[in-house]
Amino acid sequence: MMKIAKYVAYDIIRNRFVLLYTLFLLIVTVSMYSLDSDAGKSTLSLLNIILLVVPLVSVIFTTMHFFNSYEFIELLLSQPVNREKVFISEFLSVALALSLAFIIGVALPTVLLANNAAAVYLIFSGVLLTFVFVSLASLASVLTRDKAKGIGIALLFWIYFTLIYDGLILYVIYSFSDYPLEKVTLLLSSLNPVDLARIVILLKLDISALMGYTGAFYQNFFGSSTGAIYAFLLLLAWIIIPLWVALRKFIRKDI
Amino acid sequence: MKITTAACLLFITFLSQAKTWIVDQRKNITSIQKAIALASSGDTIRVMPGLYREGNLIVKKTLALMGVDYPVLDGENKYEIFTVTGKNILISGFKLINTGRGSLEDISGISAVQTKGLIVRNNKFENTFFGIHLANSSKSLIENNTLRANAEAEYQIGNGIHAWKCDSLNIRGNDIAGHRDGIYFEFVTHSHIEKNFSHGNMRYGLHFMFSHHDAYVANTFHNNGAGVAVMYTQDVNMIANRFEDNWGSSSFGLLLKDIRDSRIEGNLFAKNTVSIFMDGSSRCHFEKNVFRENGWAVKIQANCDENIFKANSFLSNTFDMATNGSLVLNKVDYNYWDNYQGYDLNKDGIGDLPFHPVSLYSMVVEKMPSSIVLWRSFLVYLLDRSEKVVPSITPESLKDSHPVMKNYDYHF
Amino acid sequence: MITISNLNKQFGKLRVLNSISVQFNSGISYAVIGPNGSGKTTMIKCILGMVVPDRGEIKVGGESIAQNSGYRKKIGYMPQIGRYPEQMKIGQVFDMIRDLRHDEKNLDEDLIREFKLDKLKDKRMHTLSGGTRQKVSASLAFLFNPPILILDEPTAGLDPVSVEILKTKIHSEKNRNKLFLITSHIMSDLDELASHLVYLEEGKILFNDTIDLLKEETGERKLGRAVATIMQRNLKAETL
Repeated sequence: MMKIAKYVAYDIIRNRFVLLYTLFLLIVTVSMYSLDSDAGKSTLSLLNIILLVVPLVSVIFTTMHFFNSYEFIELLLSQPVNREKVFISEFLSVALALSLAFIIGVALPTVLLANNAAAVYLIFSGVLLTFVFVSLASLASVLTRDKAKGIGIALLFWIYFTLIYDGLILYVIYSFSDYPLEKVTLLLSSLNPVDLARIVILLKLDISALMGYTGAFYQNFFGSSTGAIYAFLLLLAWIIIPLWVALRKFIRKDI
Repeated sequence: MKITTAACLLFITFLSQAKTWIVDQRKNITSIQKAIALASSGDTIRVMPGLYREGNLIVKKTLALMGVDYPVLDGENKYEIFTVTGKNILISGFKLINTGRGSLEDISGISAVQTKGLIVRNNKFENTFFGIHLANSSKSLIENNTLRANAEAEYQIGNGIHAWKCDSLNIRGNDIAGHRDGIYFEFVTHSHIEKNFSHGNMRYGLHFMFSHHDAYVANTFHNNGAGVAVMYTQDVNMIANRFEDNWGSSSFGLLLKDIRDSRIEGNLFAKNTVSIFMDGSSRCHFEKNVFRENGWAVKIQANCDENIFKANSFLSNTFDMATNGSLVLNKVDYNYWDNYQGYDLNKDGIGDLPFHPVSLYSMVVEKMPSSIVLWRSFLVYLLDRSEKVVPSITPESLKDSHPVMKNYDYHF
Repeated sequence: MITISNLNKQFGKLRVLNSISVQFNSGISYAVIGPNGSGKTTMIKCILGMVVPDRGEIKVGGESIAQNSGYRKKIGYMPQIGRYPEQMKIGQVFDMIRDLRHDEKNLDEDLIREFKLDKLKDKRMHTLSGGTRQKVSASLAFLFNPPILILDEPTAGLDPVSVEILKTKIHSEKNRNKLFLITSHIMSDLDELASHLVYLEEGKILFNDTIDLLKEETGERKLGRAVATIMQRNLKAETL
């Protein structure tokens, strides 16, 4: 499995799109940290970009790569390897290459320029989010044979998790504002990988906001090791479940 | 001034005719009770080290009671230790421990009723129900005392320094922790609270009601249950204090309720959930304060008017200002806002565009607190952005027309 | 070598393969032809395991291919369009496939040599012409000395010299008792390379015998004309 992944990942790393992505992240990160003397604030500004850009690039690149590699996947499938191996290799190579881009673009300068607890969480969350959205986009790719449609579905995933889902939460909060909603909103928001990553980082960073009225509750939960494990397991589930569904589909799919 | 005169008088009487009594458990006078009975007004009683279990000590004469190396006065969890009434009494150098507790009586380490010119200095209080309790007293000095209690709930404990119906007090350099309220003022006028350190109290670091013409200066209020509350008062000067780390669901750095004609100047508000919460307050002047890393720097209810915020620094706060109405009758001018994104083309140091310190989302959170969970999401960013372009919900009139471009250089 | 029995496949409402049963034997090269949409690509993809049939069974060398990938060791496949990861070098493509099948020792690198691909080892795939990529595909198909070779439009895009190299290779391998399935639109190539013809139309096999027999039946001397004749014959039968 890693044999294919190794070669494909090597190919992706040299891809112009991925090089640009790395460079973009690097420039943004370095400029954020050099513009503001307050490292915490820079990490915060970086957070917005990461929560938006990392998922977006992950879904677009993964679907594009999948459809561009269609003939190559065909060739691999004519070899004596099973489909699981080919599919997981494709997933791993894309996820690892994009994670590497993220690590070079964000993690390295962050560790060098702002070594705080929040930054560590930011790096972890960035890598996990990359995997989550590569996984979701892999699912989008096997749902259809049409490249445009595949990218469309992947973008829907992205906009759903970054925007629509939060709108729904806000709607729920608004509709039931007479009830105590702390636990419900916590549960709802933790079911969205982007929200989960955001909250976990914020609790390390912008605690002043969340420490307020309902925030103390979140802080207690995510501050504990149980909360951290819960968050990690949820993100892991967001990687594994879409990937698993995609794999089932891919195995039965007619290439 | 008056207190110094009183001290001088005491000194003069001491020189001329005063007698000094020594209380020592190994010598003639072994009890303080006895010494107080023997002494006459103007005398000094020196108490040597030791553990004294003498129940309630009542002082009605003008005496100077001075502990040497902190003799311990133990109330055995039953008694009030000193009950003082009269003029020019001095209590210093004692360690007062284990007073009784009461739900109806305010049992204290030192209780002063109708005193004048009282001085309480350099004492240590441990496990007292109330530390120092002053009622109907005036011209008194409470200085450099350390008060410690360790109750687990508010109802189990009284206040550190409690003053009721007093005038011209000077409370200075005390260190108070673990009480219900660190310092409590009710109907206290013309008084001065200075350089105290009030921290880790169950309710308020300073609780202040119906107390006009007072000042508190250079105190530090740190990590109290609900911060500092100043209520139903006019003409208070709050200057150069630090309000720090007051976290919790109903916690404030400074709660102002029905305050008029007061000055809040040169204070530091850092890491509070809400650093200033204002309700029904008017004509207050906020100047040269620094608000740093608070959840909300200023929450101003719509029933406040004619307040002025000028030349303050707002740094790294989640929300700079929040309000619950659309009509705003307060003035905000010449502050520094690190959230300001305008420009200064004519280089006069003043931003060319006004700054609106109330964000849309702060109003949403105000109405629906649990929506804070979406803070810093893309959705919220879009909402705030669109509101900045076309303000429809946030109060248009609440703005700083002259946001300064460079942070004021205030030091603490 | 390959036995297909009662193979059915439907894409949505479209019935692409309609109860196909056929046997392909070693030492014979089959030309698989038919009009567009006749099901020849689907049949080949079924044999390669890329398309999962609705019903029916395929056996390769006696073993069923369902839920199986090991049988593909016996097959070399040359796709019609060879697209490879853009930034990969030719050498890496070969390395990767070799890596994947590292337990196979009996390698046939004739085509790599004859196409002079070893000299282009460090060229990246996206810099190559379509013809060169076809050469890579062809070389890969023959690399592991498989007993079965499936070539989809093998000569398309190749220059005349390379076509000749490939043809010579096919002939020499045929003589070594290998089974070929070749699709092409160029009838003269098939005439030259194949001895048997499988003709598909609308998901059915309409002809499956030697090319010589076909020529005899139709009275034509060239394969192209012969195929055209049976196509027309079928058309008439339909209209009648």
